[in-house]
Amino acid sequence: MEKKMGCLTADDMNPVYILNDNIITSLGFSTAENISAIEHNTIGIRLVNDPLLSPSPVMISAVNPDELNAKFSEVLRSLKKSAPPESFTRLEKMFIVSIHDALKDQGIMPGNPRTLFVISTTKGNVDLLENRYQAVFSHKRLYLWEMGRILQQFFGFSNPPVIISNACISGVVAMMTAYRHLRSGTYDHAVVTGGDIASEFVIAGFQSFQALSPLPCKPFDINRTGLSLGEGCGTIVLSVIPNKSAGIHIRITGAATSNDANHISGPSRTGEELSMAIMKAMKQADLTSANISYIAAHGTATPFNDEMESKAIELSGLILVPVNSMKGYWGHTLGAAGMIESVAAITALKKNILFRSAGFETPGVPVPLNVISEHHTANIKSCLKTASGFGGCNAAIIYQKD
Amino acid sequence: MADATLPSYIRKINMDQIITSYCRIRDNEVIVNDRLIFYQENIVKFAEVLKSVYKQEQIIYPKFYKMDAVSKLGFLATELVLKEKVLEGYHPGAVGVVLSNSSSSLETDIAHNETIKDRSSYFPSPSVFVYTLPNIVIGEICIRHKIKGENVFLISEAFNGNLLFSYVDELFTNERVDACLCGWVEVLGNKYNAMIALVESAGREIQGTPTSFKPLLFNIENLNLIMTRN
Repeated sequence: MEKKMGCLTADDMNPVYILNDNIITSLGFSTAENISAIEHNTIGIRLVNDPLLSPSPVMISAVNPDELNAKFSEVLRSLKKSAPPESFTRLEKMFIVSIHDALKDQGIMPGNPRTLFVISTTKGNVDLLENRYQAVFSHKRLYLWEMGRILQQFFGFSNPPVIISNACISGVVAMMTAYRHLRSGTYDHAVVTGGDIASEFVIAGFQSFQALSPLPCKPFDINRTGLSLGEGCGTIVLSVIPNKSAGIHIRITGAATSNDANHISGPSRTGEELSMAIMKAMKQADLTSANISYIAAHGTATPFNDEMESKAIELSGLILVPVNSMKGYWGHTLGAAGMIESVAAITALKKNILFRSAGFETPGVPVPLNVISEHHTANIKSCLKTASGFGGCNAAIIYQKD
Repeated sequence: MADATLPSYIRKINMDQIITSYCRIRDNEVIVNDRLIFYQENIVKFAEVLKSVYKQEQIIYPKFYKMDAVSKLGFLATELVLKEKVLEGYHPGAVGVVLSNSSSSLETDIAHNETIKDRSSYFPSPSVFVYTLPNIVIGEICIRHKIKGENVFLISEAFNGNLLFSYVDELFTNERVDACLCGWVEVLGNKYNAMIALVESAGREIQGTPTSFKPLLFNIENLNLIMTRN
């Protein structure tokens, strides 16, 4: 492997630290609000009867629109921006509130050319295809780069965003992309954000797949019948320089993606490819399966996804490791999922707490997993976060506590 | 200290990787490794161009007809790139795919939206909806060529050689990728533009059909050159 002689070794690589984060979902507008709701076992998925979203009532986890508007106006006021609030789309408002909260008091300057900006989204402003918005926003706003430009301009990022749109692994890929650019010294800091809305567009699509659960989703449970859609936004601020005043330092230490090469809308039958990504990420982090304290799984609660994940976890030698899916709380938030679930995993590391996998009662995957059935404290040193999506894509990333 | 006037991602000149094959499809013409293999003056419909190329090149892959426009275009360009090259010698996990475009899956988004915007004819279809993600073309290419390595879809307003180069360069340098398909696959209405390049490590590339094409160094300049050449 003479070529690899030129590789950066672990010692040459910059460490990549998590500085701060934010989550916006039906459960709240900050990481603290979301985690507190989860600690109280609050489920954000509800039956919504809105003819603008779906001809029939549908289970979704929706961000409260009035609260979002109030939070957004607060941000405009605090930044002394005169732009009218209605000139921003619903998703842009979520992104802005989330990024603003995550950047607070971190000393990370968006205008610094050494600050990278990464956006994850599957559908962006897709609601603008609906008739009701045609006269309000220009068609151009449907382009993800135009949405990215609006966010870049709002915060004054000197670099245009790197925009990742890679189905349900987008959030994890966005974190991985930032990790690689910071590790190699290309940038010093990164603001990584991911968001999507529960639109008529995606609800209709998942309904046509008969992939939606009539009850709040039940990841890894024997009675799981499908996913619950959610919406939200998550932001994580990264730096090669740790926050000296923070007592706990969490780093990204490995990440990888893979492809099933099997089917565009169904997961691998064996889980072999997700396992490839997991093994590669663990190797990069210099961890073995015995060193993984916790798995923050994708766990969509569709029959095939959870089955595939259980096989991948077994192939990776991780069946004894506590595992959960956060989707029982806030549903599948698509391009936000990898981000908000990463924040939840990072919080678990910080607080040494393993959150119950909401919706799970009776084991229902072919491989017996150690699914977390009650919140409990544990000594958590490292977390493996995984994701899989349409197009056969898989991703794995490792968060580690120093 | 990095020179502030230069984009910070330009760290080095890459001499290790080479572009061993490429395909460009645009304006009723198809170029493979500097050779014009298809040109038709009067075709206006994008779908007809694709079908004619598919037939001319005697590709047999029935799933092609089920794909949306972005997937068809990316699939076809990749077929032509790999016609003179083989990937068999590589470990499936060591081959990557990094693609990009401007309008994501907007073409198919509009088609899906047509099936739901009128409540009296509300009929969304999974076979349309599944293509409302830009990375599905990567999935199609991976299925066809048994590629299982790193994969990502990036969005930028226009073709961005810097963005592609920095992503792919990182895969070769630190992620144990031995070969990578990278490029641009854009379709909206009758406007389409695709460029797919196969990048391999110099001296370790897998020999395909002997051709007169002289590999190009893998760098931003050459990516831009392939993208703009006539």
